[in-house]
Amino acid sequence: MSEVKQDKAKGSVQTTGHAWDGDLQEFNNPLPRWWLWAFYATVVFAVVYWFFYPAWPVGNSYTKGGLNSITYKIGDKQVTTHWNTRALLMKDLQEGEESLKQKKFMKKLVNASYAQIVSDPKMMQFTRAIGKIMFADNCAACHGAGGAGVIGLFPNLVDDDWLWGGSLNEVQATIEHGHRGFMPSFRKTFTSEQLDNVVEYVLSLSGNINDKDKAAKGDVIFNNETGGCYYCHTHKGTGMKSVGSANLTDSIWTVAKVPLEKTTDGKRAVIRKVIRDGVNRQMPAWKSRLSAAEIKVLTVYVHELGGGK
Amino acid sequence: MSNSPEEINLFEERVPIYPRSVKGRFRTMKWSILVLAYGVYFILPWLRWERSTGVNQAVMFDIHDRVFYLFGMVVNPQDIFWLAAMMMIAAFLLFFVTGIAGRAFCGYFCFQTLWTDVYLLIERLVQGERPARIRLDKMRWNRQKIFKKVLTHVLWLMVAFLTGLTFTMYWGDAYQLVGQFFTGSAPFPAYATTFFLTLTTYVMAGLAREQVCTYMCPYARFQSIMFDQDTLIVAYDAQRGEMQRGRSKPGKGLKTLRERREGGVGDCIDCGFCVQVCPTGIDIRNGLQMSCISCALCVDACDTVMDKLGWERGLIKYESEREQMGGKTRLFKFKNIGYGLVLLTAIAMLVWSVLSQSMISVAITQVRNPLYVKLSDGRIQNSYEVSLNNKSGQDITLHLQLKGLKDAVLDLGKIRKITLPPLESVNIYARVKAKHRSGIRGQIPFKIIVSTKIDGKEIHMSKDVLFTMR
Repeated sequence: MSEVKQDKAKGSVQTTGHAWDGDLQEFNNPLPRWWLWAFYATVVFAVVYWFFYPAWPVGNSYTKGGLNSITYKIGDKQVTTHWNTRALLMKDLQEGEESLKQKKFMKKLVNASYAQIVSDPKMMQFTRAIGKIMFADNCAACHGAGGAGVIGLFPNLVDDDWLWGGSLNEVQATIEHGHRGFMPSFRKTFTSEQLDNVVEYVLSLSGNINDKDKAAKGDVIFNNETGGCYYCHTHKGTGMKSVGSANLTDSIWTVAKVPLEKTTDGKRAVIRKVIRDGVNRQMPAWKSRLSAAEIKVLTVYVHELGGGK
Repeated sequence: MSNSPEEINLFEERVPIYPRSVKGRFRTMKWSILVLAYGVYFILPWLRWERSTGVNQAVMFDIHDRVFYLFGMVVNPQDIFWLAAMMMIAAFLLFFVTGIAGRAFCGYFCFQTLWTDVYLLIERLVQGERPARIRLDKMRWNRQKIFKKVLTHVLWLMVAFLTGLTFTMYWGDAYQLVGQFFTGSAPFPAYATTFFLTLTTYVMAGLAREQVCTYMCPYARFQSIMFDQDTLIVAYDAQRGEMQRGRSKPGKGLKTLRERREGGVGDCIDCGFCVQVCPTGIDIRNGLQMSCISCALCVDACDTVMDKLGWERGLIKYESEREQMGGKTRLFKFKNIGYGLVLLTAIAMLVWSVLSQSMISVAITQVRNPLYVKLSDGRIQNSYEVSLNNKSGQDITLHLQLKGLKDAVLDLGKIRKITLPPLESVNIYARVKAKHRSGIRGQIPFKIIVSTKIDGKEIHMSKDVLFTMR
């Protein structure tokens, strides 16, 4: 290292001049010069800042700064405001590089047919990416972020059971107009014994054969005017998508919480509850709330979740 | 005011250093390395390269599109571990070389040394040799001093700016970017980078100089601990230089070698040339010091003087400590061989990895919300996000198939054909449907195999995936 002359005077530490208890003194250490200059620089920066950006509260308002106003659009109207991060975001959403790219791709999507979209990997990637956000904003409150729904309340969109039809057009119609899933209550129609028999029959439809006699009796009630269940569920029990009635012969239960029950008696109880109380589910219509493009994206997204029909 | 008898100076002010220029073999070598390094650095961004995707920059680190171009090689984000490997190789190379040859990196290759050399050259060309510069600094401010000082700093700033601008050119299309740069339409990071590099170059090479090596640089510190007795260091032969009575100027009766020998005076004539040429301002005759960057300019200086006197060269020379003690430098020792082997292994692994780079990359993640779902026919369905990436320079068509999952079907919806243009990637949603088997719960491992054809060669990439069944 270089030979440095030890400058005694330079290194000496000043004291404040007071002495307590005879010899207690306080050092007067000056701030490092670089620190001091950096501090002055921040002061200058702050003053310059006041002129350009919102800074001081004045009464109910504040100084707005100048020379850097932001212009963006609200609807078709041009708005010019003082610099603020919200306007900056709005401007970026309208004119930013990524936004323009997204808009361009969105336009392509709007002009494409469903058949074109679902067979094109790139368009599907875009649709799923943007659809995921729209789904989270509009649909996830009921159907869950992943679309798995809540059994008994909100249908699962990830499986292959499409109560109201699983084609792209049918999914679009469902989103646009909403649906009312209704099954009347049979509390007053059936005696307790009749109810037991129908429950047993419904269980047997999907292969859960327990009490054949009861099921046979239930079959009669289900398929004649006593119960009239076949009006909606058909004689085979496969349901109709025009009224959104459930297919009782497959492995999926959309209303009765059968999969959650371990015992046969438990399964009987939950089915019994559904028949006794009926079903009244409603999905709102989205046509007035979402744009055609948004509905298109959501249609493809939902269709893709479970694979559609 | 002061009441403590001993003063400690916590701030050591910089002592200005005015290195004198010197000619010699090490100086020549350093100039050659500098010319080579500058040539590569300043010309590289302007070099074009023919690629299957069109003519492009030979070396470009395209952060925006997440691709690095290195001549014939295209590095994707997935290959980022190559960077880690390169850094490891660089580290091991540094350890290896430092153990043998000391701070060779500092003295010859470090950009701080290279740029400081150029700055010193400018300073010398404008302000003159060492005595002239000292005089100039002591002089009162007058027109001449202002002119010379301003010119020096302007030239420094120009070099700094060129350095910063060139660095920026590595991160975008140089020809396009330089046009944008001077018309004010380049992206903000381009200006920020250029400004920052200009500033640091100017400050580090112009103002801070040897303080960077002495106080700031971590390499300087940790290279020193890799030294041992066999490491080559720039050393002053004190035995020969001092003899019994120390060094002395060639005064009366001490002019010839014989006179000095008889008088017990060393060969060092205390001319101070070695101190004057030192860019870090040390006196090598005090032995090995932390500030020594092993640049060997003092060797050149001393050799010049010895040549002039007609005495033997080598009063200051590269020598290991063991040699100084009269021993022989040992090169083949555990440390050197160990570092050498590790270095070779790392290089071999990197080369192997680069050569065996797959032209496609596949990443599969299972959709976790929900993990699985029961289908109407009782089968279980899991969904996956499949990222496919084409790293080659041509259009490829990819096929997906399942392996190792009984009675399972892969469902890509209506997507029949996955074609990818060069250097593009796509994310596919894949559903896998498998028969529910009683007794099997939890996760079943299986494989998704992605196949394609590149240059007529079949490529299969197999990925391990889990299927959740309950």
